[in-house]
Amino acid sequence: MSAQLVQFLLTGLTVGAIYALVALGFAIIYNASHVINFAQGEFVMIGGMAAASFVEAGLPLPLAALLAVAGAMLVGLALEKLAVEPARGAPVVTLIIITIGASILLRGLASLVWDKKIHALPAFSGETPLNLGGATLLPQSLWVLGATVLTVALLWWFFNRTLTGKAILAVSHNRLAAQLMGISVRRVLLVSFGLSAALGALAGVLIAPISFTSWDIGVMLGLKGFAAAILGGMGSGPGAIVGGLALGLIESLGAGYVSSAYKDVFAFVIILAALIFLPDGLAGRRRATERV
Amino acid sequence: MASPAAAAPPSASSAPRRSLLALAAMVALLPLALPNNYTYEVAILVGLNAIVCVGLNLLIGYAGQISLGHAGFFGLGAYGTAFLAARYGWPTPASLAAAVAAVALLAWAVGRPILRLKGHALAMATLGMGIIVAVVIATEDRYTGGPDGMSVPPLGIAGHVLAGERAWYWVVGVLLVATVWLAQNLIDSPRGRAWRALHGSEFAASAIGIDPARHKLAAFVLSAALAAFAGALTAHYAGFITPAKASFLHSIELVTMVVFGGMASSLGAVVGAAVLTTLPQLLTVFKEYEMVLLGAVLMLTMIFMPQGLVPTLGKTLAAARGKSR
Amino acid sequence: MLLRAENLAKRFGGVRAVQDVSFALAPGTVHAIIGPNGAGKTTLLNLLTGIYQPSEGSVFLGERELTGQPPHRFAAAGIGRTFQNLQIFFNMSALENVMAGRWLHEGGSLAAAALRLPQLARAERHCRAEALSLLDLVGLARWADAASDAMPYGALKRLEIARALAAGPKLLLLDEPAAGLNPTETHEIDRLIRELAARGITIVLVEHNMKLVMGVSGHVIVLDEGRLLAEGEPREVSADPRVIEAYLGVEAH
Repeated sequence: MSAQLVQFLLTGLTVGAIYALVALGFAIIYNASHVINFAQGEFVMIGGMAAASFVEAGLPLPLAALLAVAGAMLVGLALEKLAVEPARGAPVVTLIIITIGASILLRGLASLVWDKKIHALPAFSGETPLNLGGATLLPQSLWVLGATVLTVALLWWFFNRTLTGKAILAVSHNRLAAQLMGISVRRVLLVSFGLSAALGALAGVLIAPISFTSWDIGVMLGLKGFAAAILGGMGSGPGAIVGGLALGLIESLGAGYVSSAYKDVFAFVIILAALIFLPDGLAGRRRATERV
Repeated sequence: MASPAAAAPPSASSAPRRSLLALAAMVALLPLALPNNYTYEVAILVGLNAIVCVGLNLLIGYAGQISLGHAGFFGLGAYGTAFLAARYGWPTPASLAAAVAAVALLAWAVGRPILRLKGHALAMATLGMGIIVAVVIATEDRYTGGPDGMSVPPLGIAGHVLAGERAWYWVVGVLLVATVWLAQNLIDSPRGRAWRALHGSEFAASAIGIDPARHKLAAFVLSAALAAFAGALTAHYAGFITPAKASFLHSIELVTMVVFGGMASSLGAVVGAAVLTTLPQLLTVFKEYEMVLLGAVLMLTMIFMPQGLVPTLGKTLAAARGKSR
Repeated sequence: MLLRAENLAKRFGGVRAVQDVSFALAPGTVHAIIGPNGAGKTTLLNLLTGIYQPSEGSVFLGERELTGQPPHRFAAAGIGRTFQNLQIFFNMSALENVMAGRWLHEGGSLAAAALRLPQLARAERHCRAEALSLLDLVGLARWADAASDAMPYGALKRLEIARALAAGPKLLLLDEPAAGLNPTETHEIDRLIRELAARGITIVLVEHNMKLVMGVSGHVIVLDEGRLLAEGEPREVSADPRVIEAYLGVEAH
């Protein structure tokens, strides 16, 4: 395998892991509320920007990262409590507009609280690239992949082994039945938003050393995470991960071999093709045939 | 037992005619309140956005579909006319017509496979399309001037050119009233009912002989053509066009205007366009706080008026009138 | 024969909802399809209206094969239906629901509609009048301009029938028209079915209410576990031991 190909694959997997985390965030919120959270990308931005500003203020990196994720989680909880909950009965389109408003608001706040400049986060374990048979691998990439694997494992444990996690799954399958079983949907929504925000922020912190961070990186990242979630089958956890990785790889290979100017387009072209030929997504949830 | 006197949804013929007259009156009288060229410019922009929104509302509010990529059609209309007029020297009425026709054709071709999708899959597909268009426009700078945009000849024929804020105001004003008139006619017709039926229940609509695919496509193509038309006009008015007009953010702005103003209401689409075009202009006074305020206004309005501005105000007025009896 | 089903089968993954069902429906009679829950009645109805494509078999209306056509073509061929889970157009008033039902007779081009050509106004008035008379037929005249989402359940069931009638079907399939109705409302449905049959519309009733079925139909088809169990006149079928066995515990109301 040529070194160049390995290079592209590694880059693709790294970026793909980030997309996967963002896509998981979309999937978790969608499952709990059937809302597409257009502010998801902003959690990524908050993670990176907050961590960068904490580090610039002198805090050690681990603490800065932790505070950034915690802060984003609070923002997620606030979003649910102040914006989504009051609008609970509203049509889905309205809820989508609310999250769009939230993303505008958060971006505006970011430009005020921080600034519009590009910031960098120091790499977790140094900048020295590793050599993998001719291809260079940034140690940060290992952090990204490792953290993603760990996160996915923790999420699996959470959803399958804890009561709260199972409650979230129950709500996603059948809200009414879950309520009748005594599950508080409101709490489930709250946890879902908090969790998604944390995932997004984690992604932001992980990727910031590689691709920097600024007040408006959330938009494209959010869109691609959304695309990854749809590619994998909206609402499917494993689908989100597969979708994210696939997207990252496609983008990296496309940019490398076809055209780097059109890097952003590959993802969406593939999505379009997938939607037209595979409407349920790669790992699509088989929705029960609508009863008429 | 529920009372049979509960108000019917606003589609009985009298209400739209009144709102059309109100709009026409507004367009005719507004210049009295506009002090300078800048305010005329804002009014023109409102009108152009409103034309797109009325069309988009037919798709979203009536036919019940979604498009997060309509700015793509807007941008293609703009660049289409710019390209034909600037690079090939076409007379601008011809380049405008050709651009709109080309976009309608593209929408027809693309719409057939895409409209089989529903809900968020459709949202994603239209979003993807819009982004692809925007990126292509920005990247192919040999043809489009790239991110810096390209200049556009003014709209005119045989030496007479449409120029100046006042002239454009009247042209856009008349076109807006005409668009709303056409839209309301459509809504009140059997075809309009067929579209609304599709929105209500696709199964039941097909059970009375309505072909969902054909009608969704018609709504999609019509709204795309209107977007392209407004885009082309914008290009000629501004004399310049940039890829930002085809961007995802612009698509979102358009959908937001429709939902904010109130879906299934042509007047709502116009109001939504008016508020969300002028509000950012007003908010530039606050400079850095502009985005924060805009986001906050959007969120608060949708939280407290989930059906959108016009339907909610309509209900409030109806309730107030009822109470005062 | 008006409607003919030949060896219809429908599989969902591993589930055989309908298997090897064949029958023929004569015009001018009220037919009923009965069977225990899960017998495949609604699936069959969906097969007969094009909502499901059969895994095997075919559907004929008169001489014309309709198998594989999309639902709107079944409708255009003259088959109308109502839905078990109401599919009312809640974004429209009662009258507009019925007017929408007249689509096959109205149509018209997009341009004519947008430009509001004069003949359209006349056509609209006619459409309105027709819709009002249908609402009157089903007893909903006073609900004409009401928002459909403000109407009670029983009224909505009849609204669906009016809407289906607006299309002018030769064959009308009613999916559990009496479900959730009290005896008075059920009697109304009984009366309506007889009225429609008298007007020459062939009715097919999917129902659980045995009193209604036995009282109003001339031909009954019994489904059980996706298969045709028995068919014939109401009295024959209700005395058939296989039918009684399948319905263990069901007593005549």
